[in-house]
Amino acid sequence: MATDTLDKKHTDHDSTANASWDGAEYPFKVGYGKLMIWYFLVSDAFTFAGFLIAYGTLRFSMPSWPVPDYVFSTFPFLEGHHPLLFVTLMTFVLLFSSFTMIRAVQEGHRENRRGVAIWMGLTIIGGLGFLGCQAWEWTTLIGKEHMSVTTNPFGTHTESGIYLDAAGKESSETFIAGTTYLLHKATFGGDHEATPVHKEGAAPHGEEAAHADADGHGDHAYKAPGDYPDAVVDERGYIHKKYIVADGEHAGRTKSESFGPKAFGALFFFITGFHGFHVFSGVVFLLIILINVLSGIYIARRNGNEMVEKIGLYWHFVDLVWVFVFLVFYLL
Amino acid sequence: MAHDYTGAKKIALKTIIILAVVTVIEVLVALTGKGYIIEGYHAPKVLMNTLMIGMSLYKAYLIVFEFMHMKYEARGLMLSVLLPVCLLIWAIIAFLYEGNAWKGYRQTVQDRSKVEVSR
Repeated sequence: MATDTLDKKHTDHDSTANASWDGAEYPFKVGYGKLMIWYFLVSDAFTFAGFLIAYGTLRFSMPSWPVPDYVFSTFPFLEGHHPLLFVTLMTFVLLFSSFTMIRAVQEGHRENRRGVAIWMGLTIIGGLGFLGCQAWEWTTLIGKEHMSVTTNPFGTHTESGIYLDAAGKESSETFIAGTTYLLHKATFGGDHEATPVHKEGAAPHGEEAAHADADGHGDHAYKAPGDYPDAVVDERGYIHKKYIVADGEHAGRTKSESFGPKAFGALFFFITGFHGFHVFSGVVFLLIILINVLSGIYIARRNGNEMVEKIGLYWHFVDLVWVFVFLVFYLL
Repeated sequence: MAHDYTGAKKIALKTIIILAVVTVIEVLVALTGKGYIIEGYHAPKVLMNTLMIGMSLYKAYLIVFEFMHMKYEARGLMLSVLLPVCLLIWAIIAFLYEGNAWKGYRQTVQDRSKVEVSR
């Protein structure tokens, strides 16, 4: 009884202003959980923005940077250069899973359990597909192109020049400033007797071997680290091809290709890895929510499957981040 | 409610198609800029980069406002999420400017050591 009169006093005083403070109303017209997911996403956006800005700052501070359409130009089962083709495919996989997610949310609003489950299942498949693509991309970069967190074999020429041939003379191969190169890696036979034969035959690194043969010398020419007429081979086997500078203040001098900006590998693996980790945890959350959907717990709540909506927000955010990772790493 | 549902379904389909088309255009713009589409033609970098950044921001708008339903949320929620993000505009300008300054310092150091060697 006493509380009744108190409430009455409150409402008499100022009915609209006080109602919000009493907790009876949702000022933003969404539940607590959904609001907090939004604020979590804001903080996560700042984390990613911090990483991407760090990438931009380091890139701006370097005289040269690897050109992305040279670095990311491999495609499964296809030889040669296919600039940006594979990452475009990855983008489509993620966009597709974003669409299936919104369909799941819409079915959730209708309290259609079957529909939610089907569309969420497709979303999980999309997420796994994206992770598979990323695994392939990383494997190629690490295993085939020998990039690591601390070593970046992709460099960009800051001056034009002419490569030297096996005799140390000018070859017909030239390049212009701004083109990106990859330092190939020689395998020093070592204790494997059959190595040279094996390498000339069915070379495991198809493109690499073909490239080397076209030059008139394979990497079998480099049996140990050292200074060769056409290249310097370092302790770890990276082949730094020699060239004569054709323009600029160093014209006429002989130089060898050096490693690219060291930060490139660390930034790439860390930022795409962090995004991939978000995708992975998203898939785990999607699975948990899918199990709950199937159990019928959300239908019993009669709130339009709000949990599906929350994981949907997270999943779309992952897609949103990819838009910017795609822009910064692959397009610019 | 049923009408709402078909309407929302249509919007979702339309949005995903626009997103896909914009992505393809973005990639084509990137490749044109690097001289792949028209043999040997390198489009001006500033123009291409502006185009790609603009298209990415449009994609971000579509994802946040349609897929994440921001368009249909309360104004207060929208502002409390979007206004803090605007702080990033200054962060980007300040850090890229600083990065560019580092490049200048590196060059100065290099030039100085060159002078010392030749002396």
